[in-house]
Amino acid sequence: MRRGMSDEQIETKLQRIGWLVLLLAFTSGFIIMSVELLGGRILAPYFGSSIYVWGSIISIFMVALAIGYLIGGRLSINQPNLGLYGLFFLLAAIGLLPIVFFADHAMDAVFSAIDDPRYGSLLASTILFFIPTALLGMIAPYSVRLMVDNTRHSGQVAGGLYFVSTLGSALGTLLTSFYLVLWFDMNTILITMVAVLLLAGSLAIAFNRKRS
Amino acid sequence: MSRGWILALACLLGSGDVTGEVIHREKSLYQNIEIQQKGDDRCLVFAVRRDDRRQSCFDTENPDRVVFSYVRMTFGGLLLQPNPSSILIVGLGGGTLPTALNQLYPKAQIDVVEIDAAVVRVAEGFFNFKANDQLNVAVQDARVFIKRATRLGSQYDLVILDAFTGEYIPEHLMTREFLEETRSVLSEGGVLVANTFSSSKLYDYESNTYRAVFNDFFNFKLPASGNRVIIARPAGLPNRQTLETNARALAPGLKRFGVAIESFPRYLNTRADWDQTAPILTDQFSPANLLKNR
Repeated sequence: MRRGMSDEQIETKLQRIGWLVLLLAFTSGFIIMSVELLGGRILAPYFGSSIYVWGSIISIFMVALAIGYLIGGRLSINQPNLGLYGLFFLLAAIGLLPIVFFADHAMDAVFSAIDDPRYGSLLASTILFFIPTALLGMIAPYSVRLMVDNTRHSGQVAGGLYFVSTLGSALGTLLTSFYLVLWFDMNTILITMVAVLLLAGSLAIAFNRKRS
Repeated sequence: MSRGWILALACLLGSGDVTGEVIHREKSLYQNIEIQQKGDDRCLVFAVRRDDRRQSCFDTENPDRVVFSYVRMTFGGLLLQPNPSSILIVGLGGGTLPTALNQLYPKAQIDVVEIDAAVVRVAEGFFNFKANDQLNVAVQDARVFIKRATRLGSQYDLVILDAFTGEYIPEHLMTREFLEETRSVLSEGGVLVANTFSSSKLYDYESNTYRAVFNDFFNFKLPASGNRVIIARPAGLPNRQTLETNARALAPGLKRFGVAIESFPRYLNTRADWDQTAPILTDQFSPANLLKNR
């Protein structure tokens, strides 16, 4: 859809959607940490709440984000656009659904297969959290590409995006641990996050259509 | 142990009595551990702050004496199961309870689950705790241990939950699902005893959760003690007369531990003295640490 446009045209267009990218980067930051925090709760019935359960969760989130950054960065080279960006959110939403519907089955199988709760929790974290977290990780570098218009300001733009998405992460951690778990069932929180991601993705795609 | 009953205890003891000389201090993965000695009483203290919490105490001159009233109350479970041949204890503390039960029932198989290896070392080093052929300690998360036990088909005549140490509550050991798993490792006629929370909103939530899994249970409280001990038996609760008969039979054996078991039956009742509309705790919803402060 953008094949006829010059690079310059694309850049001008992208600058105008800066606020949307910031909002969506904030959202993804929020959701990553909220899911990570709930991860401890999700695994506890099968693997306990020992320190290594957190070790498993945090390392899998880190590896998944790392891979997501790599893929998101690679995909941002050609024709960066809000449509593909929105698709990341939609896929991440779908990626979260197995946690709601199949977590017990998956953990049950892992619990039966592996005696050591360290490796059990590591495998269960991989099965449940790797894909959605990697998808959410793709958003960060792609956001940078959508907003950067010249090399001089690229660091500043990246800084601003890190700022917003990390603040989102902080808020996601805080709200989830202080209030959300007190007010809602875990699955209610997760389904709400799925809905928010679907909404975010649809918003990006709608803007993409409108502007092309 | 809950904050409420610690406060009650502090009042009972008088504040001057609470802090002793620190003879050992270590940081473990899960908590700060301190051993304090005051006169003959030696105490294991977790989460040391200005307001002291004594987790487990024993009398170095008279090691049989059970210092804490809540630990003495735990023996109330024996009124429903006077002769257990297998016992599971969640939470080691200073090891007072497993040691006493091992002496009382030398033939019974006793499994203790303790998450913190440092607690086991301290119990051995400072509280004369010793594992033996009949008394095993597993350093493990209790939820994992019990879930594994359900798969293996293990059965216990007596299960004692004593994992609630005050500062941080293991929320996955408070839920309906956990209690269902625990119920399923009880043998026919097996009894569950739980030292739980006696104050804050958590009391209501927790009571309703136990009700949901075990129906009626004995809500055991002693006057002049801030504690509450839950005693449940899926096969149904015995009548007063049976309790008193069992108490008379148990009394001679328990005397050396300072447990006045004959005074217990009259305090065992099933009356619900909590808000029965409070929601139950589940794996999906278990904000126990947040509720504790309300």
